[in-house]
Amino acid sequence: MAQVTVHLWSGLRRLTDGAETVEVEASTVGEALDALATAHPGVKPVLDAGVSVVIDGEMTTSRHQQITPDNEIYLMQRLKGG
Amino acid sequence: MAKDGLNEFKLVGTRPDRPDGLDKVTGRARYGADFSLPGMLWGAVVRSPHAHAKIVKIDATKALAMEGVKAVVTRADFPEGLSGEDWDLQENTIAGEKALYDGHAVAAVAATSKLIAEDAARLIEVEYEVLPHVIDVDDAMAEGAPVIREGAADPTVPEGLHPNVVKYMEFGHGDVEKGFAEADIVREKSYKTEATHQGYIEPHACVGQMGRDDKGEMWVCTQGQWFIRKMCTAVLGVEASQLRVTPSEIGGGFGGKTTIFMEPLSLALSRKAGGRPVKIVMSRSEVLRATGPTASASMDVKIGMKKDGTITGARAEFRMQGGAFPGAPVDMALYCAFAGYKLENVQHIGYDVLANRPKCAAYRAPGSPMGAFAVESLVDEMAAELELDPIAVRQKNAVRSGDKASYGPKFGSIGLVEVLDALKDHPNLQAELGENQGRGFAVGYWFNHNGETSVSMAIGEDGTAQVSIGTPDIGGSRASVSLMVAETLGIPYEDVRVNVVETGALGVNEPTHGSRATFATGKAAVEATGHAIKEMCRRAAAEWGIDEDAVEWVDGAAQPAGPNAGKFPPMTIKEIAGNMGSTGGPISGHHESVPDGVGASFGAHAVDLEVDPETGRVTILRYLVVQDAGRAIHPSYVEGQYQGGAAQGIGWALNEEYVYDDKGRLANPIFLDYRVPVASDLPMIDTVIVEVPNPGHPFGVRGVGETGITPPLPAIANAIADAVGVRMTHLPISPPKLLAALKSR
Repeated sequence: MAQVTVHLWSGLRRLTDGAETVEVEASTVGEALDALATAHPGVKPVLDAGVSVVIDGEMTTSRHQQITPDNEIYLMQRLKGG
Repeated sequence: MAKDGLNEFKLVGTRPDRPDGLDKVTGRARYGADFSLPGMLWGAVVRSPHAHAKIVKIDATKALAMEGVKAVVTRADFPEGLSGEDWDLQENTIAGEKALYDGHAVAAVAATSKLIAEDAARLIEVEYEVLPHVIDVDDAMAEGAPVIREGAADPTVPEGLHPNVVKYMEFGHGDVEKGFAEADIVREKSYKTEATHQGYIEPHACVGQMGRDDKGEMWVCTQGQWFIRKMCTAVLGVEASQLRVTPSEIGGGFGGKTTIFMEPLSLALSRKAGGRPVKIVMSRSEVLRATGPTASASMDVKIGMKKDGTITGARAEFRMQGGAFPGAPVDMALYCAFAGYKLENVQHIGYDVLANRPKCAAYRAPGSPMGAFAVESLVDEMAAELELDPIAVRQKNAVRSGDKASYGPKFGSIGLVEVLDALKDHPNLQAELGENQGRGFAVGYWFNHNGETSVSMAIGEDGTAQVSIGTPDIGGSRASVSLMVAETLGIPYEDVRVNVVETGALGVNEPTHGSRATFATGKAAVEATGHAIKEMCRRAAAEWGIDEDAVEWVDGAAQPAGPNAGKFPPMTIKEIAGNMGSTGGPISGHHESVPDGVGASFGAHAVDLEVDPETGRVTILRYLVVQDAGRAIHPSYVEGQYQGGAAQGIGWALNEEYVYDDKGRLANPIFLDYRVPVASDLPMIDTVIVEVPNPGHPFGVRGVGETGITPPLPAIANAIADAVGVRMTHLPISPPKLLAALKSR
């Protein structure tokens, strides 16, 4: 596992001790989300309610997707549509 | 023949008749209300006449005494202990302690006829204690506003805000104050939009049947049979696997049929009536009072711009109410609001707020039209102030592939620049304008979506293909999936039949939402077809006694891959299919995934209109939609989506709104008073399909259903400003409002 940077929407700042980006040890999306919830338990209800994860500009729903420190990783509100 | 520089297609990009067309124009197609069963009962729903009221007592004695009445249900017939979205769904299906909006269901009755059920519903006596209500989003956030539900806020909401604020979001990048300091002009303005309804022609309808063993079936008009199954069973507290849901044909959805309203009531009534099926068909009034409209919005936008049109900083603060439950699409509104602009300094703030209105549902690019209205209005106004060409300003700031989006991640392949170039070259922009006539432009955006998808396909004995999909056809997806499968197989379009199947026939499928059907279902269908092709190549290889890797599929037949593979004449799909019983049995393919590779879609609209200065009536003279489809599989249905989105956006801009009286009751719950555009209100809507192929889809598809509703709102406001010099900041721009603004100039 390597250290990856997860960009949060800044409304989560109050749940992450003021951080808008969080460094976690992870090699998959699922590991990153789990590590984020462990580091900042206040975020867990938001993650459990559903978020969209965007890797290098592309949304993924797979917890198994591999990630590396070179990836741009963003959490966004859950996307769907009409 | 469609081209993207890499591929040429025989069928993709052509315009054959839709497979379901004849059924739909002759009345043979079965919609929700067309379905009946032996022994069926009819259901009717008792709805609150109050916007906010405590339910003191419900007495169904008189109703139950009526001959023909078989069951009455109230909230007491539903399980307790649900939480989160499941609780919201249950509470919206049937009120618990309080009625939260005018039209909120409080009880339901089943009887042997529709008339008896409706008469019985009137005899159910409900005692209310009326509470103060709040309708407007800004009022609902204000100190002293009636609290709709204590403790509904999620952890993102800062302390000190009104309890009606249930979600807060903030995101952005750069230094927005620095951006404003670098600008030559900085302007800030407030905007409002009113709630509108999806306005589908077909009201909600279902037949539900459930025994006391909690096993059941449902026939329903819906955009997503698996979502119906999941939501209904959650509300009823039964296992999802025990309910089988079959979708009917659907007379429009636009997002409004992605959720449940009265469907669990039919199941609960059936269970209580000994398992007899119960049919419920909503009236138009019920649809408008109690099914998902979109949110209403109050928005503040601030933009800094240099004299050359460069946007240096941008800020948006949006407040949206989505009814008495969390879920207003304020997040999507913010994501989409500045999506067309490359911004180094941008800040977004959003509030999801409760009000005493029906629970909002998705509506075509949920949130995006409101955000576009606010941002595109201000960009246009600032361009005019700087005497700059409004299209050039958008071209100057337009995002390109690889740019950082206003909401954070970088864009993949996108086609906004190509869209703007096509718009600028269109003949509509050369038409001369007369007195009180104006021209307006705006851009719009939608992400598009993938979602859980499962498709199976089977080769018939005659070499045709049967494709089972789980996304109801609301925009021509049978035709587009048929084209993609036929293209992949190399067989005629007419030899493919696409069937929308029930929940027992496939793995889970998300609804037809997010403009995902042609993208995700199409991609999965192509993958499934690939499996069948591989198997057919294997059968041919076995017949020829060569390695299966030495066989390729070309033009509907297996053939040796090269001169070293052996000399055999092509074996057609009909030959392979005709022999499949003796070569290993049925041949099929399937695919299950959340397809990756979603491609976003940008659009730009241009409208010419005329304002009647004596009445305030706006007449649309010309309308142009330009949008990036990625690839138009069936161009006619892409054009139909563009035109439909524009028509709905025109209605939203000019007429449609929920009007409440001082008691919080909906004052316009019929189509005579809730005014959607009709044919005579609209000109022919011109379309230009831009094709910047999405590399994430085998045929380049992006998804086209939603972007088209976003630009009409600001494009029309911009055209009105161009025509008569009045800047309207509150939709709809109905004749009385515009007339008042004209008189106060």
